Amino acid sequence: MSDAPAIRVEGLRIERADGVAIVDGVSFAVAPGEVLGIVGESGSGKTTTALALLGHAGRGLRIAAGTVEAGGQRVTGDRALRGRVISYVPQDPGSALDPTLRVGSALEHMLRAHRPERLTPAAIAAALEGASLPADATFRRRYPHQLSGGQQQRCAIAVALVCEPPVMILDEPTTGLDVVTQARILDEIDRLRRERGVAMVYVSHDLGVVARIADRVAVMYAGRIVEEGPTAAVLQRPRHAYTRGLVASIPDHGAPRRLRGMAGVGAAPGESPDGCAFVPRCPLAVPACSASVPPLAEVEPGRRSACLRAAEVPAPDVAEARAIAPTGGASLLVVDDLVARHGATTVVHGISFAIGRGECVALVGESGSGKTTTARAIAGLHEPAAGRITLDGDDLAGRARRRTPAQRRRIQIVFQNPTDALHPRQRVIDQVARPARVLRGLDGRAARAEATRLMELVRLSDRLYERFPRELSGGERQRVGIARALAAGPDLVICDEITSALDVSVQASVLELLVELQGALDVALLLITHDLGVVASVADRVLVLEAGQIREEGRVDKVLEMPEHPYTRRLLDAAPSLSAAVAGSG
Amino acid sequence: MMSAVKRTGTTAFLVRRGLAGVVTLLVASVLIFAATEILPGDIASAVLGRNATPEALAEVRAQLGLDASLPSRYLDWLGGFVTGDLGDSAAGLAAGADSAPIWEQISEPIRNTLILAGITIALLVPLSIVLGVLAATRVGRTVDHAVSTLTLVAISLPEFVIGSLLVLVFFVQLDVLPPVALVRPGENPLAQPRELVLPALTLLATSLAWTTRLVRAAMVEALASEHVEQARLNGFSERRVVWRYGLRNALAPTVQVFAQAVQYLVGGVILTEVIFSYNGLGKELVDAVVVRDVRAVQSMAMLIAVAYIVINILADLLVVLLVPRLRTAAS
Repeated sequence: MSDAPAIRVEGLRIERADGVAIVDGVSFAVAPGEVLGIVGESGSGKTTTALALLGHAGRGLRIAAGTVEAGGQRVTGDRALRGRVISYVPQDPGSALDPTLRVGSALEHMLRAHRPERLTPAAIAAALEGASLPADATFRRRYPHQLSGGQQQRCAIAVALVCEPPVMILDEPTTGLDVVTQARILDEIDRLRRERGVAMVYVSHDLGVVARIADRVAVMYAGRIVEEGPTAAVLQRPRHAYTRGLVASIPDHGAPRRLRGMAGVGAAPGESPDGCAFVPRCPLAVPACSASVPPLAEVEPGRRSACLRAAEVPAPDVAEARAIAPTGGASLLVVDDLVARHGATTVVHGISFAIGRGECVALVGESGSGKTTTARAIAGLHEPAAGRITLDGDDLAGRARRRTPAQRRRIQIVFQNPTDALHPRQRVIDQVARPARVLRGLDGRAARAEATRLMELVRLSDRLYERFPRELSGGERQRVGIARALAAGPDLVICDEITSALDVSVQASVLELLVELQGALDVALLLITHDLGVVASVADRVLVLEAGQIREEGRVDKVLEMPEHPYTRRLLDAAPSLSAAVAGSG
Repeated sequence: MMSAVKRTGTTAFLVRRGLAGVVTLLVASVLIFAATEILPGDIASAVLGRNATPEALAEVRAQLGLDASLPSRYLDWLGGFVTGDLGDSAAGLAAGADSAPIWEQISEPIRNTLILAGITIALLVPLSIVLGVLAATRVGRTVDHAVSTLTLVAISLPEFVIGSLLVLVFFVQLDVLPPVALVRPGENPLAQPRELVLPALTLLATSLAWTTRLVRAAMVEALASEHVEQARLNGFSERRVVWRYGLRNALAPTVQVFAQAVQYLVGGVILTEVIFSYNGLGKELVDAVVVRDVRAVQSMAMLIAVAYIVINILADLLVVLLVPRLRTAAS
């Protein structure tokens, strides 16, 4: 790698209209062919930073200070350099690609605007091939809606690539994709930086993905970089309490262990103007941490940390094993030859499985594998086309409203998006009390007492009880969803991707809670997820679903360590794993 | 209706919409016929006036074919309409003429209306796009407020008020334009272009307001989309971002409102034609109602219905052409 950085950022500060900084004091440099990962949870300012690297500030924001130099030129304020010197790969190509532009035209537009001298069919073909897309005329005439999600993302990469800029900014480019496609895109990004020497800034909330792709990582919290250094070193031996908490929060199928969530929620911008923003959640905090904002200082060669107690940050506890409950008890729920259709398409092709009392079963699969449909069929929200579902030997009707109240009480579901699943105009305590009243027949007072007990159980602070859902954070809302499901006194709780909308630190504490509750209340859990790390952290048994059929089934440690079906192996190879990535690069 | 287009392509879409249009028109023909037959009084009593003795009425009615049964008169009218024979004007026959084809009576007003509508549309479409885009790119600023306020005022004022105001300014005060647009029979209104200015301005003022507001709304939405943001991040000039990436995606939602404006304009803009004494379809329709020339009213109403349906189909077709997702199947 040459010494001159391809992109150098100095003292970047981005303010809201009211003068509060969303991003402050961000400085870094990336060499040609190097990938810098920027990780952070929602609200950390990582996307705002990514956009500012192109000199762009979102609505209501402005770049108040700092410079960005790319390819030896100052980027700030010069839009013509975008695409030519520095380009941007968006998070959701489905909406970022113009729906009225054919693939070929989108690439033509870029060349015509930035490199008109190179506007040739060969240049377009080269960009498509560079992004591993077919370059034939038929493909070039496709519209974005005619492409798969992976092709759309490759197309966005081709657009970013076509003018051969020395720097590319990638903002969560694989977030919406399934793991197998994600793994392929990551391989292609890696190839591009090696073959073309493009410097890359890769923004993501997913530490596993960043560990796989980035040479160096910068961890952002509340608008500042709190730690920066070589990826493997930072993840193995964090020098900031936040990084440590983050690493401990990540479920890892390569190293199953008990998850440790971080206390509290992410800091809002401007919350701690005079000190380290992580203090309220930090186990190591001392009074000096709140006195002034700790500077990002070199703590060892090549590593910087903004933690006053950098030397004392303990290594993440990755060895703490988790207990896996023995399987094979009495069956609570039996699914026998279930077939489910959406219109004319059959999405579940006759699957059979059983869930024992108090057992935690994970149903994993990619999007479209039929896992959510299966969950909805069990909950009585999707009428099966054929097959039987029995609860304690009694047949369950296809629709919840035709089931007996007792049956409805015993099976509860927690939905993926807690914002949509809660009543926006009802206080959360009333929402939790309702199932206790309606399904368990408690009177109003008893139901509220029960709701209070459950909300304590899911560790919701009592000042939140009388609030409306919009006044709660995402993690708090999901806890309300869980409390509401428990209020019915269920024997089985179906959790449909309940943590996929949450930040990893919040996800860890929700999963931690789930495991505890399962043990304390003897509830069976059916966990619907695409995340093998989540499976490894909480499930006892796992069912691998592909194209509506169960490919493999077994104890979680067995399946993850010695997968028998090629599909399971493919999923495991593709799923990002922190431990594997760190081991591979170390 | 739109979602079904995906699978079957543009031709099938046109065929289906065409068939649906024919059915709609059949229903419309029944309603038009029934509604006009229910109206009290008929051409015979209107023509005879105070001389109407029962015998005279019966004689005139027989002469005009009004004594036949309702279904047979309906079928006779509809059959004629479909084959292009609108029949004879009852008023003309009652006045003693041997034949008074309705088509001859209304073809000139139709042409005049189309000329006025054409001029208005030719100005309306570019003007509302430019004003809408200007306002949308300056949301919350002076230009946006000015456009929003002026269009709101224009929407609130009925066309006879706007027409009268225009006459007041351009004829009474400035005396630069004529206050009426009298087109004599056999004369082309384009021969007197000055006379068309005020009627066209009146129509423009009434329709420009809502088309502009809808272009603005569609444009605001398009400019907030992620692909427009991405176009900025791809380094295209703001001008190109607005006019190519923004407007191109805002066009489809505005097509419907332009279609409504065209329907309004070709459907006989009665008030404006009356204010300026312009010999168009609207004025002709009013005249025919006054003399109870039921057959002429039915034929004109039916022609307007046909125009509405055709414009609707064309607008839907245009939307399909503008939105690739609607005309190409997903893979």
